Formats: sequence, structure tokens, C-alpha cells
Amino acid sequence: MPSSADPPAPLRARHVLEFPGGYTRTTGPVIGRFLTEMRDGRLVGVRTAAGRTLVPPLEYDPDTGDAVTEEFVEVGPSGTVESWAWVSTPRKGHPLDRPFAWALIRLDGADTSLVHAVDAGDVRAMRPGLRVRPRWRAERTGHITDIESFVPEVTRIVSEVRTEYTVTPGLALRRFLEGIAEGVLIGCRCGTCHKVYVPYRSSCPECGVSITEEVVVPDTGTITTFAVNNLPDPRAPEVPFVSAYIQLDGTDIPMIALVGGIAAHEVRQGMRVRAVWVPEEERTMSMANIRWFAPTGEPDVEL
Amino acid sequence: MRETAVVAFAQTRHSAVDEGRSEAELILPPLEEVRAATGLRRFGFTCSGSCDYLAGAPFSFVSALDALGAWPPISESHVEMDAAWALYEAWVRLQHGDVDSALVYGFGKSSLGDLREIMTLQLDPYYLAPLGLDQVSFAALQASATGAERAELDEIVRRSRADGRANPYALDLPDPSGQDAEVAPLRPYDIAPITDGAAAVVLAAGDLARELCERPAWITGIAHRIEPHYLGMRDLARSVSAADAARAAGAGKGDVDVAELHVQFSHEEPILREALGLGEGTRVNPSGGPLAANPVMATGLIRIGEAAARVMDGTANRVLGHATSGPCLQHNLVTVMEA
Repeated sequence: MPSSADPPAPLRARHVLEFPGGYTRTTGPVIGRFLTEMRDGRLVGVRTAAGRTLVPPLEYDPDTGDAVTEEFVEVGPSGTVESWAWVSTPRKGHPLDRPFAWALIRLDGADTSLVHAVDAGDVRAMRPGLRVRPRWRAERTGHITDIESFVPEVTRIVSEVRTEYTVTPGLALRRFLEGIAEGVLIGCRCGTCHKVYVPYRSSCPECGVSITEEVVVPDTGTITTFAVNNLPDPRAPEVPFVSAYIQLDGTDIPMIALVGGIAAHEVRQGMRVRAVWVPEEERTMSMANIRWFAPTGEPDVEL
Repeated sequence: MRETAVVAFAQTRHSAVDEGRSEAELILPPLEEVRAATGLRRFGFTCSGSCDYLAGAPFSFVSALDALGAWPPISESHVEMDAAWALYEAWVRLQHGDVDSALVYGFGKSSLGDLREIMTLQLDPYYLAPLGLDQVSFAALQASATGAERAELDEIVRRSRADGRANPYALDLPDPSGQDAEVAPLRPYDIAPITDGAAAVVLAAGDLARELCERPAWITGIAHRIEPHYLGMRDLARSVSAADAARAAGAGKGDVDVAELHVQFSHEEPILREALGLGEGTRVNPSGGPLAANPVMATGLIRIGEAAARVMDGTANRVLGHATSGPCLQHNLVTVMEA
């Protein structure tokens, strides 16, 4: 119950101001010409005595107050956005029911700017200098809204590219993956420079000679550098994940692998790690056999 | 030019919501206040400013006459504009020389309808109104054309709202916050608040002014200028008409201590400062201005009244009141007043 000290609740009623059917307005010859041309899908301006082209046409020259000439010239249909304001939440009276821009558009051949809507899809598409064209309604009546909105000119297309291949790993990588399937890491030693590479390869990239000596390398190593990845990747269990260069013990060149079993921000250079293999029954000829490398708990190595 | 001065000014404690008063009930307290301040119950001329579209009723201003006591008949006029233009008409009327006092008042309740869409109805019916171009949208087009810096706009709003909190007649609005745009680049706080309110001013000429007021705010210059209505025919980044009006009113003939500007959107302040030639030494909108209280149709008159009040209370010697009308500062009135 309101106490007697409370002000009385206000009385409220809905009130609508409306002229049923709308006002009928005469256009006069100048505006009428513009709207008539619009109905035919054309945009025209009117020339002033000083030679300027007013779009939309007015009956007088705003600079002098003098009557304009009777010369109409076709302008546009393209134009350039001079300035714009972005409506992210359209109101019921607005020309579009999705986000759009209001813009001042200088139609080609005009000396003044037209106010209209630009259906650009996204605010990031809007900029001063944007080239736009009218999108006409199919049913036109001779009204400024015969142009539903302006839309950006075509300046780019999206080309779909897709083609499929069957790939093979090559002989050297196949040999390495055979080892992975067995749970061993197969590398090789160059007979010339004596560097040990893993994965196994058939030639030494430094010396350019064939390699014949296979070596099985241990699945322990040291992180030489790493990156924290924040974009999801189907090969990684979660985001963020760490991919690292790991120099396996006894090798001369690091290989790239995931690091797991540790928070991303705790990974560091010099950290000792060991491969975490999936159970034997799940193994295939794939690097997925190594889930990731996890810290061994040994002291860090000075790099 | 006949010596004419503002000798009294009063306004309502403006409200952000409809407090249930009719327009006549809204205007009565400020009328009583200026009557008490001057001791006058009858005036040589009376002129008011209001907009029927705010209430959505034709001739709604006529019922506001109930607050006047217009019997026996009085000499009265009305402008369908901000009451600053009613003051201009009253000033012109006093120039005739046959009457010495004029009552001017304005009122508006923006809370009744949707101001953004009501302002669409003032636009030209062929090219602009059918697009549904609302008030905030056309203001945002102008803000975009000026390229004003966000930090500058934020500071204008912060200062205006802080001054408004110190003004018992303005709304209590918090410091601006939030990143979201209303119509980009304008944010909700860049827009003057919806406000109900009213204001009244008494003008007096010559010796009557000296009798009625210890320190009249003498109108040494008053002029208004207008630009083409259509937005695409103008350079929206500047206000040529405000500059012309300021020149005609002689604004630049001396230092301006205080300027009260009809800034309904924050970006309008830098446009007007430049057009009016206001320097660092001019205090702008010490009342908080329209960004702190915007009783539409009284807002411009309040600018003149607030500026005049600084002369009448002795805190300023030369002041400027600015009022605007139409979309994007189309029409500007500048009043220069001096001690």
C-alpha cells in the first residue's frame, strides 16, 4: 500500500499522431523531374547559373538564392562516399533492417552530396572514398526510396581453389615411419661429416652425399627453442599448446614436436624431455604414435 | 539600436522523466519567478517558443497561455522554434519603441515521444524524411565529417556533466563511460539527455531595464543566420551560419568571458568554438550546457539566460549566448550581452 506521503501514480495514455494515408505533397517541376527520372532508374542533377550541378536538385542555388536553370544532367549512378555514420542497431523507420551506414555520397558528375544508406555488410567495409552504386527496387514509384540503398562497387572477388592429391612419404621418411611404428626413432649418420640426423634421410643436406648408415637414437632430448600456439590445431590436444625444437640425444639437428604434460608458460629452453608413446596396440605408421614430449625432471641443460 | 537588456531569467529544475506536469504547469514556476524578480505582472509583449510535435497535438502551445493570465487580452506571439527565437522576436518588437518590456518563455517535454524520430519530421519531405534519417543519425554524419578526436569529445562530455552536477537545475549524470556506439562515431553519452523543462526571460528597454535590475545584461549584438537545409549542400565540418551570425552580432569586438553554446552533441562544441572565434580565455557552458540538460525548445533560451545571469550576478562582463535550430547546426542565433 502506498503511504499518503507518496505522490500519486501518474495517469498515462497512448497517443498517436497520424495523418491516415499520408500527406499529399506537390513536387514542383525540379524535384518532380528528379523523382520521375528515379522511377525510370536514372539519377539527374540540375545545373545552376554558375554551372554547378546540384544533386538532389533544388529549385534554387543555395549559394545565391537564384532559380536554377532548366538544364538537367544525368549523374552517377556510381558515387564516392565522403563521410559516413554506422548504425549497428537499425530503428524501425530506417531503410534497412540490418546494420548499415548513413553516408554523404558524391555522385559522379555532381557538385553536391546525396544522403542515403549504404548496405556495406560490415563497418570495416566503410571508408571515405568508398565507391558505391545504387541498388534499385524492382517496383519504382518515383520516391527517394526507389533506391533501396547504395552498395559498394565490385572491387574484388573470391576465387575458390581446391584440388586433391595422393601423397607418399618418400623412401627415407617411410623408413623412419617404419621405426616409429615399432616405437623407435631411426636416424642416420653422414659418412663424410659424421653428423647424425633424425628423422632418417637418404642424403646429407650439408655434404650432398648419400647416407647409408642407420642409427637408432634415444627418445630423450633437450628443448632448444619453442613457440606457444594460441590457434587450435587438429594435431594438438588443447590451446594453448607448445611446439618445440627438440634435439634428441646423440643427434646434431633438432626436430619439431609437441611438448605436453606441462603448462605452456612453464616450458623453457634447455628443458630435458622424453617422448610419450601411445600404447603399443594403438600404434600406426604415423608420428601420432608420439603423443608429445614431456619433461623428464632432469636438470636443465646449458645450451 | 534601442538599448535592451535581459533583466530576469528563471528555469525549472529539469527532469529526465515525465514528472506528470502539463506544459502550463511546467512553465508556471519560472513565470512566477521572473514576475517576482521584476515586480511586473503585465508585459508590453509576450512571445513563446515550443514545438507541437513534442506533444503530438496541434496548437498545444495555446494551452500554455493558461499560465499567463491573458486577460484582458495581451499582445502575444509564438514561434514554432526554440524560444531563443522568441527572444529575438521580442527584441525586434522592443526596437519599435512603443513598449518597454517583454516576457519570453519556452518549454518542452521530450519525454512524451521519441525525440529522434520527431526530429525526422523537421526534415525535407522529399529527400530526407522518407529515408527515416533520425536525429542521432544525422548528427553522427556531422560528427564523422568533422573527424573529431574521441579524447576531445570525451573531455567535453566529462566537463559538461561535471558542471551539470554542480548546477541545481541540470541533471545529475555520471562521468562518461562505455565503448559502444549509438550511431558510430557517436556514443550514447555524446547525445544530450532526454529532458523536460521550461525557462523564462524578461527583456526590458532603456531606463526600465535599469529600474528592474541592478546589473542588466545589455544586448549589444543579436543576429541569426541560416544555411541550406539539405546536408549534402553544406560543409558539415564547419558552421558558416554561426560564424556569420557571430560577426553580425559583433562577438569578436571584445573578449568573451562566458559562452553558453547550444551543443546537443559533443562534436558540435569544437565546430561552434571555431565558428564563433572563442579563445582559451572563454569559459564554455559553465552551466553544463545541453549535454547536462536539454529541455528541447527551451534549451536555446536557457543559453541566453545562463549567459545573462553571469552578467547580472557580476561574475562576467561580456558573455555570449548561442542557440541553434534545424539539422546539423543549420540555423544559428548569437546574442552578445555586456554589463
